[in-house]
Amino acid sequence: MKINIKKITLFGLLTAVSMVLSYVEMLLPPILAAVPGVKIGLPNIIIIFVLYKFTVKQAVIVSLLRVVMVTLLFGNAMVFIYSFAGAVLSICVMSMLKKINLFSVIGISVLGAVSHNVGQTIVAIIILQTKGIAFYMIPLLISGIVAGILIGILGGLLIKRFKKIKLC
Amino acid sequence: MKRKFKNDLRLIGGILLVAIICFILFFATLEPGDFVQISVNGKAIKSFDLNKNTEFEIVTGENDEQINLLVIENGYAFIKSANCPDKICEHHIKIKNSGETIVCLPHKVVISIESVQYEN
Ligand SMILES: [Zn+2]
Repeated sequence: MKINIKKITLFGLLTAVSMVLSYVEMLLPPILAAVPGVKIGLPNIIIIFVLYKFTVKQAVIVSLLRVVMVTLLFGNAMVFIYSFAGAVLSICVMSMLKKINLFSVIGISVLGAVSHNVGQTIVAIIILQTKGIAFYMIPLLISGIVAGILIGILGGLLIKRFKKIKLC
Repeated sequence: MKRKFKNDLRLIGGILLVAIICFILFFATLEPGDFVQISVNGKAIKSFDLNKNTEFEIVTGENDEQINLLVIENGYAFIKSANCPDKICEHHIKIKNSGETIVCLPHKVVISIESVQYEN
């Protein structure tokens, strides 16, 4: 088996950066205290970067690894189920959109953020068996759009800066 | 590039439209409720009259270590204090309309306003 040390180091680094961004996000005060789950989604900058610069498979690995590691460090089992559902749906949707090549990085980021929120809400509805939470969908859709545009712009900048640099 | 940008705008417009439709549907069906129902783990456990001022400590967890203090005051229900890690339930605005909820995800507690009383 051939192990590419450069690759291991690079993806270890990228995963670490996305974990740090998760942590930074935890330190920020809640944007809308009344609605659980309203977040900027800073780690998604890295996921989008990997999705554009490398492959879908690698983006999936970094995304899921981040959720597992962050949960081990800061979360509990409940938090893991929500984060995992959000991350899985988000990365699936973004990978699909990347493939059909109809949207720019901003569109992909917006739908990634929105599907992340939708995934978490669906899991919350299943676990708590309350349709009432569906109401949170409204602010979550709006905040997903705003956050998605912001992250899309930042991710786009990062992709542009690294366009001519070969990472591995 | 321009074509993709146009598609982005259409996508964002579509999501906004869904949000607006949800919003209208939700508020069109809004009416004050009469009962405050507490559910833990998806199961209703207790119900209170929304028009009677009360305080109730919702104790959950394996060792009864999770506490949410529910207060019903002047026709509104809210969580006065909780020892959950995120405190989202505590910061949630007061609720009074049927279908409105306060959720404490870490404790798996849902406070909801209902128009019918749950049989205790
Ligand atoms: Zn809480």
